[in-house]
Amino acid sequence: MGLSGVAFGVTAAGSGLDVVQTCALSLLVFTGASQFALVGALAAGGNPLTAAAGAFFLGVRNAFYGLRLSQVLALPRRVRPFAAQWVIDETTAVTLAQPGRRSARIGFTVTGLTLYVLWNLTTLLGVLGAGALGDTDAWGLDAAGPAVFLALLAPMLRTATERAVAGLAVLLGLGLLPVLPAGVPVLLAALAAPGVLWLEGRRRGAPDRGPVGADPRGEDR
Amino acid sequence: MNVWIAIGATTAGCYAVKLTGLLVPAGVLDRPLVKRLAALLPVALLAALTAQQTFADRHGLVLDARAAGLAAAAVALLLRAPFLVVVAAAVVVTAGVRALAG
Repeated sequence: MGLSGVAFGVTAAGSGLDVVQTCALSLLVFTGASQFALVGALAAGGNPLTAAAGAFFLGVRNAFYGLRLSQVLALPRRVRPFAAQWVIDETTAVTLAQPGRRSARIGFTVTGLTLYVLWNLTTLLGVLGAGALGDTDAWGLDAAGPAVFLALLAPMLRTATERAVAGLAVLLGLGLLPVLPAGVPVLLAALAAPGVLWLEGRRRGAPDRGPVGADPRGEDR
Repeated sequence: MNVWIAIGATTAGCYAVKLTGLLVPAGVLDRPLVKRLAALLPVALLAALTAQQTFADRHGLVLDARAAGLAAAAVALLLRAPFLVVVAAAVVVTAGVRALAG
């Protein structure tokens, strides 16, 4: 995440945000995928609240990281509002890998502080660099955003369920694009997640309609 | 102004979900279906965002240099290239195709 702050700064500048707005996002939001989603939606001409909704739903995963972390870190209640800003993918991975509470707290603090400083410095570097480049599209920098999303998505596509969700979301996102206001198709594409889960549940609930000769022991794992 | 409204709403929303995770008692969100949904939500959003930012412009769907850039990023990912190389591959190939197409 530290180094991709440059990519974010450049993308935000290419989306029409100024230096202060770009740096405010990295300082205040501090969760990369949501920030990329927001500037992309704004660049596409989306309504600000629709754009923020897409960024918000991407950030929901951090609540589940917080759940795991609060059990491991056991922070005093008054510290939690300050620790909350650092609850992201990377700090969670490092903290949960520690053997004890003391090393978990150290891991969380060191990773959080390091990434917060790096992410904000590299964001500034990126947005200033983009200003010096001029037309960022001529340099192909409008491809940085989707490449970042793809790089985040690829390791998540482990099973057929994830691939089905991704495929359905692509169809919804592109199919609805010409007919709905900017930003809305992405929110509707998010319905691919509950949709596929529901279909999976139905299939499991009606085993007699499953494929002939399927091994029943393979179900319900 | 619109940009600041979006920044404010995103800041409030993203901070709220982070804090919620640290404050709510374990067990409230810790249900298999809720966890499953939370894991799949980013998959759907990231897939839709990748597709849109590759194939959309202000008037609808287009196939342009960005598609070549994204294909390069996909190849880099299959070769297990580091994150920055993946992004750089997309940028360089997109710029190259644009320069060649003139």
